[in-house]
Amino acid sequence: MVSISRRQFLKLGAAGLGASSIAVLGFSPAAALAEAREFKLTRTTETRNTCPYCSVSCGLILYGLGDKAKNAPSSIIHIEGDPDHPVSRGTLCPKGAGLLDFVHSADRLRYPEYRAPGASEWKRISWDEAFDRIARLMKDDRDKNFIGQNAEGVPVNRWLSTGFLAASASSNESGYLTHKVVRSLGILAFDNQARV
Amino acid sequence: MAQQSLDIERRSATTTPSPNMRGHVAEVAKLIDISKCIGCKACQSACMEWNDYRGNVGTCDGTYNNPFDLAANQWTVMRFTEYEPPGGNLEWLIRKDGCMHCAEPGCLKACPAPGAIVQYSNGIVDFHEEHCIGCGYCITGCPFNIPRLSDADSKVYKCTLCSDRVAVGLEPACIKSCPTGALVFGSKDDMRQHAAGRIEDLKSRGYKNAGLYDPQGVGGTHVMYVLPHADRPQIYAGLPKDPHISPLVSLWKGALKPLMSLGLGVIAFAGVIHYVGVGPNETKDDKSKVDKSSEHRDQ
Repeated sequence: MVSISRRQFLKLGAAGLGASSIAVLGFSPAAALAEAREFKLTRTTETRNTCPYCSVSCGLILYGLGDKAKNAPSSIIHIEGDPDHPVSRGTLCPKGAGLLDFVHSADRLRYPEYRAPGASEWKRISWDEAFDRIARLMKDDRDKNFIGQNAEGVPVNRWLSTGFLAASASSNESGYLTHKVVRSLGILAFDNQARV
Repeated sequence: MAQQSLDIERRSATTTPSPNMRGHVAEVAKLIDISKCIGCKACQSACMEWNDYRGNVGTCDGTYNNPFDLAANQWTVMRFTEYEPPGGNLEWLIRKDGCMHCAEPGCLKACPAPGAIVQYSNGIVDFHEEHCIGCGYCITGCPFNIPRLSDADSKVYKCTLCSDRVAVGLEPACIKSCPTGALVFGSKDDMRQHAAGRIEDLKSRGYKNAGLYDPQGVGGTHVMYVLPHADRPQIYAGLPKDPHISPLVSLWKGALKPLMSLGLGVIAFAGVIHYVGVGPNETKDDKSKVDKSSEHRDQ
């Protein structure tokens, strides 16, 4: 073991204190140059979309990570208003401005789920299962409750026991198709949540 | 990146000149028109989204203030005030609070960490947290009580005026989101003109004291307010009427600093002279020899 005398210890201590004092006074080597935050959207993919929340339907630009190369699955890293949109011109409300967390929410519905009557748990089912079940229930209900004619014998062709809720962010084209499908079945209670 | 080594007006705790040969840089400014703000907090959301911070879910204190205050992870907040002018109707004053980006920033003046706070030629005052030592002096130096120390990493954070966006020619995130156009961004001259139009409009609507808040006590700011009651900025959640850098900070970083440096130099010089002239203290009794002899004795 290296033995250090009291005198040597004091000398070392003083030298250390002096050196660190000089370093603190600014004689230490310069630190690396400050790195300001880089602009994070430089090479992102921009995709136009419409805000899903309300009937104002503000324009959005979704900024996707990556350049759509096959081996790099894209992911939305930023959302802001679309300045070319005639209604919103780039602005958004607090809900729209926070859409990124809506897209990546842990609670977001990603697949069909079914909760049986009386059950407390949701169970994941396949899309085929979901469509079959919806079609079956709709057909049964329509067969039972469809009103072809009213009391005066006038043909009315209405189905009042089922309603249909569509999304506010649908395009005109999908809105047109939704309307055609729903009305051709005779459904009257048809709405989207556009006034929320 | 252009903004870190070029176009720098000032750098904290740095005596060597910063590179600022490029004089032809327009000063930018954010203009907050209080009369148009509806307090929707889109700017708060947009700021969180762009700058990648998220606060904790808060609680309600019976007011619309949510979050209640600025934080290391909350760089802008709406401050709501219910104000009853004498003999008039209730006015709901909503002020977006955040860094004012002073032309003479108290935070930068107080900061002892080299390069932790920089002021770009366009007027933006930016914190570079990797150089921050967490002393909190900038909080003392700020006349607007803006910077906040993070509990997580002992660094101080505040609004950057989206320096990363401005550097590539975009407006800050809050400005873009604002649905009523209460927030406007551009060159400081343009913003002054815009404000003049708004003030004229407010005056024609009976707000006799409408005016621009661009306090000269801190050399002017790069975040300015259009206030319907510019004669009493205090009613807008305590906006200071005539903000100044604290005299203690000015004294400590102004008059005292060269004196202290001089004192330190004199002491160091006197030490050298003493060493040359008088020499170190010599002791006759050499302890190390005594130690060795005692070791021999033990064996």
